[in-house]
Amino acid sequence: MARIIAGVTSSHVPAIGAAIDLKKTEEPYWKRVFSGFEKSKEWMANAKPDVVIAVYNDHASAFSVELIPTFALGCAAEFPPADEGWGPRPVPVVKGHPELASHIAQSVILDEFDLTIVNKMEVDHGLTVPLNLMFGSPPEWPCRVIPLAVNVVMYPPPTGHRCYMLGRAIRKAVNSYPEDLRVVVMGTGGMSHQISGPRAGLIKSKFDKAYLDGLTKDPKELTRISHVEFMREAGAEGIEMVMWLIMRGALDDKVKEVYRFYTVPASNTAVGHIILENLEPKTKSRRPASLRGGATRKRAAAHGIRQVAVRSKQ
Amino acid sequence: MTAAEASAKEAKEKEYDDIPGTFVFDADRSRRGYHLNMFCMSLMKAENRRAFKENEASYLDRFALTPEQREAILTRDYNRMLELGGNIYFTAKLGATDGHSFQHIAAIMTGSTQEDYAKMMLAGGRSIEGNRSKSGRDAAAKPAPRRTAAKSAKTRAKSSPGPTAKRAKKAGSKRG
Repeated sequence: MARIIAGVTSSHVPAIGAAIDLKKTEEPYWKRVFSGFEKSKEWMANAKPDVVIAVYNDHASAFSVELIPTFALGCAAEFPPADEGWGPRPVPVVKGHPELASHIAQSVILDEFDLTIVNKMEVDHGLTVPLNLMFGSPPEWPCRVIPLAVNVVMYPPPTGHRCYMLGRAIRKAVNSYPEDLRVVVMGTGGMSHQISGPRAGLIKSKFDKAYLDGLTKDPKELTRISHVEFMREAGAEGIEMVMWLIMRGALDDKVKEVYRFYTVPASNTAVGHIILENLEPKTKSRRPASLRGGATRKRAAAHGIRQVAVRSKQ
Repeated sequence: MTAAEASAKEAKEKEYDDIPGTFVFDADRSRRGYHLNMFCMSLMKAENRRAFKENEASYLDRFALTPEQREAILTRDYNRMLELGGNIYFTAKLGATDGHSFQHIAAIMTGSTQEDYAKMMLAGGRSIEGNRSKSGRDAAAKPAPRRTAAKSAKTRAKSSPGPTAKRAKKAGSKRG
C-alpha cells in the first residue's frame, strides 16, 4: 500500500532558481536563504520518497489566460522544464508517475473534486525551485514527481478549505494504491509577498509565523482565512499560501514538526519552509512493508531533524 | 436587474478593492485584459520579442488592445496595465523583454528606485501598518512612498513611471 510519510512546504521564488543557475548561492544574500535548506536536503535524502506530489502554481508558462484550470493534475510520464523567457532552467526533466497520478485523478474525481487531467505540460520555477531546495542539483531528480498545478493567478483561487479537503481526498487515493510507495507531498509558494501595484514589497512576518504555527497545530483554523484577508494581510500574491493546505490536508491530523525555516527576503518575498511528518502507524500490521529502516527513522523522527544531521556525519 | 444595479452589486461585492495599492486580477480584469495578457505571452518567443523591439506600435497592431492599454504598454505604465486587466506574471514578460529584473519592475510600480526598493526589502519589506485598508482606520494612510491606485487618470499620466523605466539602467539579474 502506498503511504504519505510527510509533507513539506517551501517558497518557490524565481530569483532562488536564478541564484542556483547563475551560481550565486555562496553570495551572502543568497547563502542566508540556502543555508536554511541544508538540513532539509539531509532530511529528504534520509526520507527517500518514491514519489513527490508537488502542489504548485504555473506562472503564465504552461497556462496563459486561454485556459485557467483550478486544479490540474499532471498524469504524463515526464514534464520538461519550461522556457520562461531566458531558456529552460538547466534542471533535469521531471519524471512523473502516470499510474499513481491517474489513480489519484480517478479517485478524487469520484470524490467530487473535478480536476483537470494534464497529459502534456511543461513545468516552471514554481515546481523546479522547491525541488532544488529539497534535492539540490542532481543530474536526475531522485524520485518521481506528480505535479498538481493550482490556479492562484486569477482571482479567485480555490478556497483554503477546498484545498484542505482536496488534500484529504488525495490522502485517501494514495492509501488505496496497492503498490508500496513512500509519498511526500509538497506545498509550494508564499509566504507573505506582493509583487504587483503600488503596495508591492509588502511582508508580514507575524502573519507568516502564525501560519506556520497553524499548519502544524491547527490547520483547520487556517482553512477559515478568507481570500480578502490573505490578500490584505499577506499581500495580493501571498494568497498562494492556500496551496500549502492541500499538503496539510493530505497528512494525518496529528503530525510532528521536524524542521522550520523562515527568512526575509528572497527578492520580493518572505521565504517559509516547514517539514511535517506523519506519525508512524501504531500497530505493526498496519506498517507498510516498504518502510525501510523503520527503527532508525522512528528515532530520527523522535529527536527531530537535528538527529538526522548528526547521524549523517557519522 | 438594471445595469446600474448590476454595477452597484459588482462594486459592493468587491471587498478587495478596499486594499490599497492593489489591483486584484479577477474575472472582470481577466476579461478586459485578455488581449493585453496575450500580447505579453507572445513575448515568450524570441522572434516576437525582436519584432516588438523593432517597431512596438506596429507589433501591437496584432492584438485587439484598447487605446488605453496600448498607451500603457508603450509608456511602460505597469500600474495602469494592471488596472486595465494585465496580470503581473504576464506584464513581467514585458519587463524581461526590456531587460529588467522583476525587482526593477516592482520598484517602478511603487514609484521607487530599484536600489531603495531593495533596501526596503532587506529591512523587512513594506509594513502592513498604514497599508491595510482604504476605508478603515488606515484610510488616511497611503502606501508609502507612493499614492494608491485611486488617483485620477490625469494625475496618473503625470507620474507615469514609463520614461523612468526606459531610462533606468539594466541592473542585476534579469530574473531577480
